[in-house]
Parts: sequence; structure tokens; C-alpha cells
Amino acid sequence: MAKFDRARFDVLVIGGGPAGLAAASRAGQHGATVGIVDDNPKLGGQIWRATCEQEHPQTARWSEQLRRANVTVFAGTRVLHQIEPGVLLAEQMQSAHELRYDKLVLATGARERFLPFPGWTLPNVFGAGGLQAMVKCGLPVIGKRVLVAGSGPLLLAVAAYLRNCGARILMICEQTSARALAQFGLSLWREPAKLAQAFRLKKDLAGIPFATRSWPVEAHGSEALESVAISRGGKGEAIACDYLACGFHLIPNTELAALLGCTIENGYVSVSDLQETSVPGVFCAGEPTGIGGVELALIEGQIAGLVAAGQIADARQLSRQRRKALCFARGLEQTFKLNPELQKLAKAETIVCRCEDVTYSRLRPYHSWTAAKLQTRCGMGACQGRVCGPATQFLFKWNPDSVRPPIFPARVESLALRATAATNS
Amino acid sequence: MPERVTVTVNGARVDVACGSTVAVAMILAGQPCRASVNGESRGPLCAMGICFECCVAINGVPHRRSCQVFCENGMEVRTDG
Ligand SMILES: Cc1cc2nc3c(=O)[nH]c(=O)nc-3n(C[C@H](O)[C@H](O)[C@H](O)COP(=O)(O)OP(=O)(O)OC[C@H]3O[C@@H](n4cnc5c(N)ncnc54)[C@H](O)[C@@H]3O)c2cc1C
Ligand code: FES
Repeated sequence: MAKFDRARFDVLVIGGGPAGLAAASRAGQHGATVGIVDDNPKLGGQIWRATCEQEHPQTARWSEQLRRANVTVFAGTRVLHQIEPGVLLAEQMQSAHELRYDKLVLATGARERFLPFPGWTLPNVFGAGGLQAMVKCGLPVIGKRVLVAGSGPLLLAVAAYLRNCGARILMICEQTSARALAQFGLSLWREPAKLAQAFRLKKDLAGIPFATRSWPVEAHGSEALESVAISRGGKGEAIACDYLACGFHLIPNTELAALLGCTIENGYVSVSDLQETSVPGVFCAGEPTGIGGVELALIEGQIAGLVAAGQIADARQLSRQRRKALCFARGLEQTFKLNPELQKLAKAETIVCRCEDVTYSRLRPYHSWTAAKLQTRCGMGACQGRVCGPATQFLFKWNPDSVRPPIFPARVESLALRATAATNS
Repeated sequence: MPERVTVTVNGARVDVACGSTVAVAMILAGQPCRASVNGESRGPLCAMGICFECCVAINGVPHRRSCQVFCENGMEVRTDG
């Protein structure tokens, strides 16, 4: 039988990745009652995702701090909706929760950007982080032939991880140019920690062909993936493989921030240097404020947690570190900007909206996302435009429209339970 | 050797490492997760709960995101849709 619970916190944190873990533990250390919510069945977010065998050591370290600070953890729980200002509705597999807060920290992270090309809907075409997550969740890849493609530093991390798990990485196709990468590489000298990370990866990646200005053109296969045609610096090549791991850098998860009315600029949640959003009492930390990697997420999370718990002087001590990490984030954005050539990958019959099977040629006549949605159902399916929204933004320059609740498809009973609870109280 | 769990996928038994998600069991079984609106076979894409391409029926409950659910002994999984 499904049940309905209520809880109240001084500080409520949404997202259990590095930013959320840092925010919750810092707020909790200062005596606030704190709750942390994550959709995943285990804490850690993307980078510290648990494997089948064990929790990531970093997650374990932060979780210990959460325990010491008496933080309440809601894992496998997703926030769907704002019932009224200061009250969120969340659901678990068998229950719904009404979560009240004084201060809210949004640490909802990022997802991969996917771009449509012929065959990208075939089974065994994954996101790059997607395949990595599947392997962490038990998929064996020993001896599997994997092509890694798309854009961003994530490709390198994924290739290194998969190779260590026994996969044969055939090639890494990066869409950006060697020149942009070289410029970025130079700027790394100012960031010793990042440089060390890059060198470690370089050893893990030794011998894997790394092709710039390269991307998948078509994935082939009858029931599932068999081979991928790529464009390698302008020349065509065919690569037989078992899995394609393909993602074009990251897109911040700003849906919840948008629903709460936080100002969003150029796709990112606007924040002050104390991580305050435009809505009083609502903070944002980590990837939604700009794609900046784990170091920036940790710094921003700590600042948000401290300020939410009233520790402004402590938070200000992190300002210098924050500014440095922000420079790195800006460099990332410049370096991995998408090549306009990628707009030509989708052909007339290529599916753009996977939930509703809407093709490129059906979308082409429209001038806005809203019109296309109404006429073709593009973006109206279960993912609510999380996959096709960023793709159509790149393909057609459409702007996303306003976010409507619930921000994930809810079970009807979650909404009904809340209504019943409200009438009974 | 890590512990194993056994589930059924479209009636066939599949053995996976303990802690594997249902999405992993679908790949190991060589079965698609769902049929699209036009009847195409689809499998997991994002593995983080956002794309809904991995939806399956678990113990009779349809439209469950298999990348967000861990396998349990005796679970009955079917291709969705
Ligand atoms: C698929 C993927 C794989 C990655 N792998 C690596 C890697 O190997 N190495 C690396 O250096 N960087 C990696 N990154 C980059 C990484 O995201 C960042 O460096 C870092 O994890 C950012 O931390 P964060 O706390 O901002 O966000 P995240 O780690 O993304 O955490 C955000 C959390 O919020 C939760 N959430 C979001 N919305 C809701 C909601 N409505 N309700 C409940 N919970 C919600 C999510 O489930 C998620 O766990 C990866 C990114 C992605 C998308
Ligand atoms: S694979 Fe995307 S939701 Fe499960």
C-alpha cells in the first residue's frame, strides 16, 4: 500500500552528487536540520556513482559526515513538483513525500547532450557517461569493441574507465578541433590539479587513437548496433563495434530551478558569489550554474551549505578558490563548443524525438519549440524534452519554453495521496 | 566471486552480478527494453533516469525505468509496450 509522509528541514538539498553532498554536510555541521534527496538509489551523483560491489570512496567519506551531522537521506526519491513556496512533492517507489524547508539548495547536476544522427536509436548506442554508468551497474565489457565519440573531457574519463574494465577502445572521436584543444591544454598549466588528472588519464589512454574534428555519421545494425560510419577529419571510415558510447558534452538540469522561478541565463541558473539564486532562500550549486567539473561542484556546494546555515564568513573564505575554478569552467565551454557541421548529421527520416518517434523532416517546417510540440508531440513524451530539447535547440535554434509540473512523469497516486492528505489535515 | 542474482527476462532466466540494474539484465538477455511508438526496438541510452528508453514491465508493473532499479532474485521482467 502506498503511503504519504511529511517532513520539515531547515535546509533541504536536492541532488546527492558532489555539490549536494558538500552542501548537506556543511549545513549539517552547523546544527541545521538537513535533508538530502536523490533520484538514484545510491548517493554519489554522476562521477562518484557506486559500482555493483561498492560505494565510491568519496561518497563513503561524505556519507560519514552526513551521518555525524544527522542528515536525513532520501535515496531513490525524485522531486516532482512545488506544492507551494517552501513545500516540494517527492516520490519513491512505494510512497510520496511532502518536504518543507526554510532554505533550499538545488544541486541537480547535469546530463549528457545527445545529437541525432541516422541509427542513433539502435540498441547498444549509449551515452558516453551512459555506458560508463551501465558498466558500474554490472554490465561486463571484457573484450567488447567500443567506439567512444562526441565531445568533452568526459569522453577521456569514460574511455579510461572502460579500458580498465577490459573493453577494447577502438577510437575516441572528438568533434572539436586539435587547435581548440591545444589552447585549452595550455590553460591547464594554471591549474596544477587538473594537469595531474590529465596526465594520469594520458597513461590510461596510451595507444588509443584520438581523432579530432571527428564524429559518427551513421550507426548500422539490424536488431542492434553492428558498425558505425564516422567522419574522421573530413574523411569517411567504417568501424565494426559492439557498443557506441556517444555524448556531446553536458547540459545542466535546470528544470527544478525554472519551476521555482529562479532566473536562468544562457541555459544556466544565475547565482551570486554566495550561490544565491534570484529566489530568496533558494541556492544553487554544481553543474546547473555552469559546467565546471567536480572541484567547482564541491566548492559551490560547500558555499551553498554554509550560507544556507547562516555561516557567511566561512563561506567567503572559499571565494578565491571558487573564482579560480570558474575560469576552468569558462575554458571548457569555449573548447567544446559544437561544430555547426554537426547540424547536418540528422537526415530527413532521422528520429529527433525518441519518445514520440518524431523525425527531422516533420520538425523542419516549425519556427518554435512550442509550435512543434503542439503539432507533432515532439518533447511531449516521458522524458519531457530532456533529450530532444537540447538537440532541437542546436538543430533549429529553438528556445525551450516554460517548465510545467510535474517535472518528471508522476505516478497518479503520488498526486492523489497528497490531495487526500491535504483534505484530511 | 561476487554474489549472483537470477531474474527472468521475457520468460528466460538471466544471471547477473548482485547489484546490477534491470537495464543490465536486459542487455545480457539480448532483449530490447521497449517498443517505440512506431514499433522500433529501443534499449537504454542515458543510464541515469532521464531518457525513459529503458522502460520495462517489472513484476507486472509497466513503464519502470530499468536503469534505476536493482535486480532481485525472482524478479519477472518483460519488454514494455
Ligand atoms: C553521465 C555522466 C557521467 C559523468 N562521469 C564523470 C567522470 O567519470 N569523471 C568526471 O570527472 N566527471 C564526470 N561527469 C561530470 C560530473 O557530472 C561532474 O564533474 C560532477 O559530478 C558534478 O557534480 P554535481 O553534484 O553538480 O552533479 P551530479 O553529480 O550530476 O549530481 C546531481 C544529482 O542530482 C540528482 N537529481 C537531479 N534532479 C533531481 C530531482 N528532481 N529529484 C531528485 N534528484 C535529482 C541526480 O540524480 C544526481 O545524482 C559525468 C557527468 C555525467 C552527466
Ligand atoms: S536509460 Fe535513460 S532512463 Fe534509463
